[in-house]
Amino acid sequence: MDLKNMFQMKADRSSYMEDGQDGKLITDLDSHKLLKIWQGPQHPGVTGNMSLELTVNGDEIVESKTHVGYLHRGFEKLMERRKFIQCFPTCIRMCVAEPDPNEYILSACIENLSGIEVPEMAQWLRTLALEMARLQVLLRGVPGQAGTFALGLGYQWGNYIRDLILDRFEELTGGRVYHMYILPGGVRGLLPDGFKQRMEDNLKLVDEFLVNINDLMYNNSVFKKRAKGLAVIPVDWVDKYGVYGPAARAAGIMRDTRKTHPYLKYAELDFEPFTTTDSDVYARSVVRWNDLKMTVDLIRQIMAKMPDKGEIKAPTPNVMHWQIPKGETYMKCESSRGEYGMYMVTDGSEMPRRVNLKGPSYTHANALLDKLLVNANIADTAAIMVSLATCPPEIER
Amino acid sequence: MSLKDILTPFTAWKRVAKDPVTVKDPFNDRPGADRYRGFHKNDVDVCIGCGTCEEICENEAIDLVPYTDPKDGDSGLRPRVDYGRCCWCALCVDVCTTNSLVLSNEYTWIAVDPEEYRYTPGVDKKAWDDNEKGWKKPEGNYEFYNLKREDMEHLHPEDRSSSFVEMVKGYSKEQAQAEADRCVECGICVATCPAHMGIPEYIKAVRHDDMEEGLRVLYETNPLPEICGRICTHKCETVCSIGHKGDPLSIRWLKRYIADNVESEKYKEILNTVDLDNKDKKVAIIGSGPSGLSAAHYLSLMGYSCTIFEQYDKAGGMMRYGIPEYRLPYDSIDKDIDYILSLGVEIKYNTRIGKDITLDQLGKDFDAVFSGTGLHLGRGTGIDGSDNEHVYFSTDLLRQITAGDEIEVAEKIVVIGGGNVAMDITRSLARMQNKKYGKVDIIATSLEREENMPADREEVVEAREEGATVNPGWAPQSIEIKDGVPTGLNVVQCKSLFDDTGRFNPQCNMDNKRFFEGTMIVQSIGQGMDLTYVSEEFKKNLEFGPRGRVQTNQHLQTGVNWFFMGGDIIVGPDVIHGIADGHRAAIGIDNFIQGINFEPAK
Repeated sequence: MDLKNMFQMKADRSSYMEDGQDGKLITDLDSHKLLKIWQGPQHPGVTGNMSLELTVNGDEIVESKTHVGYLHRGFEKLMERRKFIQCFPTCIRMCVAEPDPNEYILSACIENLSGIEVPEMAQWLRTLALEMARLQVLLRGVPGQAGTFALGLGYQWGNYIRDLILDRFEELTGGRVYHMYILPGGVRGLLPDGFKQRMEDNLKLVDEFLVNINDLMYNNSVFKKRAKGLAVIPVDWVDKYGVYGPAARAAGIMRDTRKTHPYLKYAELDFEPFTTTDSDVYARSVVRWNDLKMTVDLIRQIMAKMPDKGEIKAPTPNVMHWQIPKGETYMKCESSRGEYGMYMVTDGSEMPRRVNLKGPSYTHANALLDKLLVNANIADTAAIMVSLATCPPEIER
Repeated sequence: MSLKDILTPFTAWKRVAKDPVTVKDPFNDRPGADRYRGFHKNDVDVCIGCGTCEEICENEAIDLVPYTDPKDGDSGLRPRVDYGRCCWCALCVDVCTTNSLVLSNEYTWIAVDPEEYRYTPGVDKKAWDDNEKGWKKPEGNYEFYNLKREDMEHLHPEDRSSSFVEMVKGYSKEQAQAEADRCVECGICVATCPAHMGIPEYIKAVRHDDMEEGLRVLYETNPLPEICGRICTHKCETVCSIGHKGDPLSIRWLKRYIADNVESEKYKEILNTVDLDNKDKKVAIIGSGPSGLSAAHYLSLMGYSCTIFEQYDKAGGMMRYGIPEYRLPYDSIDKDIDYILSLGVEIKYNTRIGKDITLDQLGKDFDAVFSGTGLHLGRGTGIDGSDNEHVYFSTDLLRQITAGDEIEVAEKIVVIGGGNVAMDITRSLARMQNKKYGKVDIIATSLEREENMPADREEVVEAREEGATVNPGWAPQSIEIKDGVPTGLNVVQCKSLFDDTGRFNPQCNMDNKRFFEGTMIVQSIGQGMDLTYVSEEFKKNLEFGPRGRVQTNQHLQTGVNWFFMGGDIIVGPDVIHGIADGHRAAIGIDNFIQGINFEPAK
């Protein structure tokens, strides 16, 4: 062993893999130079049941392969055997952590194909529910990035406030995790009495949280040392690998469906998504912190602008045998992870002919993550994965 | 890296003095929110077991299981929830046709036996049964199906009050499909319909604009859809599950829509009756009313040659001679009857059993005999003056109107009776008064008070729209006669109809008297059967039950094995019971002739 290298804390390259003839490294497990490690499918650093097959040399990753298939429930196929209204409790589990965009895109597809106009009040309530969903995700997602570097304190703070937001969800929708609030035609209830005040009380805590987490994470030498320069996504990869949402905005590409293709009431709201150019884990985390801040502001705007009363649901055909004419559509919204869309084909029957979900996790975790992990330290795997906000339930649905 | 970056994170220590936010006491319940979707509750007295909850549940968590204490218009089932499958989406609550199913806000439940998590809400008592909070169907215009009925267009009262043109215009295609869309296919109507028609199936055919399929479904159980689509007593609509929160489906008008929209020339092809079997057996049918026609239709399909004996010169029985043309036009009757005749059914008109041919002779000439002779005799009030020649029975008058006989319509008329037949004669005479005198002056009075009148509500309303006076709640006492002509009807106020034991025993307030003027009095208080065609000798073999009705077995077979009876003389009275009886008797006769579970004819 090279003593000089050891004291300089550099990786020992003496037993590194050799170059092969085709330009690829020779991955010869019998050479005793390499180790194969499976991270997942059950691992605290993996946000769900997904597995990374890592080939490591010492603590450096030389090759990574994402394996999925541990969480496949076949929702898209199940929906082909469900009436349109029955798809609605099915679709929410496609992304467990943030169920509301699932409900919205399904409803939007059905409404678009059957030509239903959603009432004004329901549109405001949908916008509110979607922003609340983003809020509760980011309350864990922002401090969760520090959690991957073993700084769990902010995660505890965020989780508490998230629980309060779930209380608000509970009183608005009747459920804490699976809200089942946005359904084809509209929503399932007006705001309860005193909701706005309680929400505002919670938002004040989020304001405080934003300051505290800023001190804890972004002015933290350890976090900066580990996150800055880690897993940089080159700008030309954004299109190549289908990078969306915060990850794209951290690379300087303005990608936010709320702004680029406004839906629901976003055109009436005043907001400017944050972008930066560093494109590393730190930059992506800062983008998320700004997203959280913007979401708080958006919820306040929505509550100020929305009417007090109104129709919550448009009349629909009888849901027991709702037939939608032949057609196809793609409807999308902005989830906390990026553009989240659904492609639906109908054939005039009571069930969708084909449903296909297009979420950012699929490309982020399958194609992009494999590339970003090469040359990274094994201890940074979770950090890189969380910075892409991969959601295994959404990859596999 | 600055010194600030090293020191700032330590500001987190400022929170060390704060109280922990985690709940310190995990044993106290935290109640769910007011809208929380917790465990199911069901008001089993309101629930009708329609099964829409079972149908909409995408997890198949709901099964309908038998219930011990059902009510009328009830499937006799109640939903049982399996919490191994339930996902608490509450679609079952939102779709519930009676709003009986709700969710409580209770969400904790510990049981050792997994089977306990499958229970019938409302039947199996649970701690949260009295819990008022929890998910209920959202208020406002939040419906999964349209509760409002498609309006049916009627002729304006002014246009119809002097003519016998059909007053109900019928649905357009758009209206019919919109109305058919409201059906939840629960099938409660099927159980209630005496003929057990495939109502959800033909409504589905309307939705899919498949009239041929609709007609096939109709003819499976009802060979008189044109007629039933107009004048059926629609017991199905009374129990329609949608009717619990909104307007019941217009099942009757949808049936009419199908029948109206298929040309009679296509019937045989659609119903696949071009070639029929021939069993070389003969059945005689007495009376061409609904039960007789229905029996003839189904017997013909089975290959029997049927002969109907009809006392008048046209077929249809009470449907033709009892129901006014503005409710049931004659061409609609003819359309249904002509199709049945096209199956090879023969009708001998102007032939009365007992006079032209005896019943015993029929028994000898045919393999079996079905009698559906109906209730044609008017029942009298028996009050003073009711034997006057200007005091009529409604059945006689209605028959004369149909036959085109001259009727001397008086300027002032009083009708005694509050049923549908009373309304029929009132409205028919009102039209004739309008034609003759240019004004309507007719009073219909009944023992029953307005809210208890046996007539359909719309009949009363429409009679008033056409200028007739309906003045219920009076007991007729006597008819004043002057110079051989009635001058009016003396009545007293009727306080109650039934005594404490539920027996018919009208109580009157003799101090409150009224006099309804009229030179023509019509009695319409019910009809009786005319069994004079059955000889006394023959009657000895029959068994008679309450109200003089002949007793029959489940196949409508009487004490004489080749003699079957059905229709108004056995059940009802209404058309759909007659049709159901005709079908039932046809199956019974078929079994009897083939000797299946029956002693064959001698």
